[in-house]
Amino acid sequence: MSQSAAAPLLSVRNLRVSFALDDGVVRAVDGTSFDVMPGQVLGIVGESGCGKSVTMKAILQLIDRPGRITHGEILFRREGSEVIDLARLPPRGPALREIRGGEIALIPQEPMASFSPVHTVGDQIVEAILLHAHRWHADGRRISRREAREITIGLFRDVGISMPEQRIDAYSWQLSGGLRQRAMIAMALSCRPRLLIADEPTTAIDVTTQAQVLALLHDLKDRYNTAIIFITHDLGVIAQMASYVVVMYLGRVMEQGPVDDIFHAPRHPYTQALLRSMPGLHGRTRVPLPVITGALPHPFNRPLGCPFHPRCPDVMAQCSAATPSLEPVGVEQLASCFLHSDKVDAS
Amino acid sequence: MTAAQPLLDVRGLQKFFPITKGFLQRVTGQVRAVDGVDFTVAEGETLGLVGESGCGKTTASRCILRAIDPTGGQILYRTRNGATVDLATLGPAELRPLRAEIQMIFQDPFGSLNPRMTLLDNVGEPLLVNGVRNRRDRADQVAELLRLVGLRPEFMHRFPHAFSGGQRQRIGIARALATNPRLVVADEPVSALDVSVQAQVLNLLLELQTRLKLTFLFVAHDLSVVRHISDRIAVMYVGQLVELAPTEALFDRPRHPYTAALMRAVPVADPRVRTIDGVLGGEVPSPAAPPSGCYFHPRCRHAEARCRQEAPALREIAPGHFARCHLAEQMPAADPSQAVAAIS
Repeated sequence: MSQSAAAPLLSVRNLRVSFALDDGVVRAVDGTSFDVMPGQVLGIVGESGCGKSVTMKAILQLIDRPGRITHGEILFRREGSEVIDLARLPPRGPALREIRGGEIALIPQEPMASFSPVHTVGDQIVEAILLHAHRWHADGRRISRREAREITIGLFRDVGISMPEQRIDAYSWQLSGGLRQRAMIAMALSCRPRLLIADEPTTAIDVTTQAQVLALLHDLKDRYNTAIIFITHDLGVIAQMASYVVVMYLGRVMEQGPVDDIFHAPRHPYTQALLRSMPGLHGRTRVPLPVITGALPHPFNRPLGCPFHPRCPDVMAQCSAATPSLEPVGVEQLASCFLHSDKVDAS
Repeated sequence: MTAAQPLLDVRGLQKFFPITKGFLQRVTGQVRAVDGVDFTVAEGETLGLVGESGCGKTTASRCILRAIDPTGGQILYRTRNGATVDLATLGPAELRPLRAEIQMIFQDPFGSLNPRMTLLDNVGEPLLVNGVRNRRDRADQVAELLRLVGLRPEFMHRFPHAFSGGQRQRIGIARALATNPRLVVADEPVSALDVSVQAQVLNLLLELQTRLKLTFLFVAHDLSVVRHISDRIAVMYVGQLVELAPTEALFDRPRHPYTAALMRAVPVADPRVRTIDGVLGGEVPSPAAPPSGCYFHPRCRHAEARCRQEAPALREIAPGHFARCHLAEQMPAADPSQAVAAIS
């Protein structure tokens, strides 16, 4: 790939995840590939059912039965540049436990559901720091509870929580939505992750609070040089946060590229249609918006060939016969569409 | 009918919720969820009601529907036969015939349909309540309604679980239209939907409005959606109306700093326009203990000494443009750099 100048921190290669249900098999992720560079903000955008959240769960090996990673590699460059395949690690094994919450941290969508209501937020963060103590002391020294509490107070200050000495002893339900999400970010940062996965971190909060949280994440990325995978359905959030964007539809990557190319020179019909269908703060009002015709197919009835072809305005005969592979269409931009390349994804 | 007289005229609407304490449920305070809201909705118009969670927009709309009883104020509604009634004071028996005229579209297309009823029963129930006793007549009308919202009439024997979020929202719209309403209150009707489905439902609402001459009160938090569908927009903050203006005037030159902050906070879908810098600090105050003076002053970058003491009144700044701010005249036009960047 053209980005090969630097070594990627995470490289997802042809990942497939399926759920074997009583009524059939759902292929939630169906051959997804992308790279995350150190210090980069990678945005993954797509509508519900596109497999963006399942991809993230696969990276952390958090997929519950009957879901299973059936194919592909998730190559993660560990500290000290050893590369391991996360897809091969046992989900409950010690190696993955060390990475999960340590080197790779997650900011979930619903902070209310993610904190335990019966422990203070401070205690929950202290516990995480004690579990991953070696990330604070390279010499293997243990961390004391008091020390972990000091670290937590410092983190609260970093993420803009006022009166951290008092807030550390609060329960999650005593905090407002914005504060709760800030506490969640503090928890994700508590083990100095090299990769942060933010799964719709601002979907459940109000617009002015969302702006605060986005500004905070932007600031933290610069300060800690953490790579971030930012998952959202909101194209506005993607445009503001990401430097590189992956557009997914029905478990496959439709297009990926630098944020400016995706928004100003999209090459895939799906990306183009998605951008057109959005009402903005400028432009004519009370006129019909261009829509993507049809609806998402039922997960059991995936279309053959390109998954988008039944709804695509530029559909051709070959689109239903074969699946296009993800091919370069620009300097760092790739698209999987027969309009740009005849190459077929045979796998 | 004259155009001058609005369909809905809300005057000084108030809804307080008591805060109770102890075994005897002693009332120790009031949450002023809606505190003196005035607006009108003309026939055939869409009024957008925006604000963040807790601002009272949903409470205000529920008062209009009389799903809850307002604490004070008037809700003057012009009925189909030309009489003007105050919805705030009517009893259940007098409200009953009016309920068919005022309908609601809900936010959650998964929670608002009965999962044990087929579409025929879900959409047909308002018809049954309003006297369509014959099941075959009901089926005919439901088929017509489903066609109207872009669904196939054959679907009427299926259950809601067989449909996607966007289709369920269409079902909810069909049910709201079953009684041939004049005023439709839509509470966040598209916020649970994906971008592509959201566009389909917005288009449907616009089309139905023209075809059936509907009047919409459109409650939402998403400014770009509200801007797209509304003729006029009312902005609420801590139970009060802070600005009310025609859509274009509001976006060209917001006269209240909160409206301007709300606009700046929307992440613009263009990487060349940075909108996440210079965000509004602080948090929305509790409606149980609002700040002194102007409720927005602790977060306002224009705040002066006067703003901390004197509560501003809602004033008409330009024709049809109302704002609750001492400094409304001095507010600058919306940042032109953003507009230029978005056009280029």
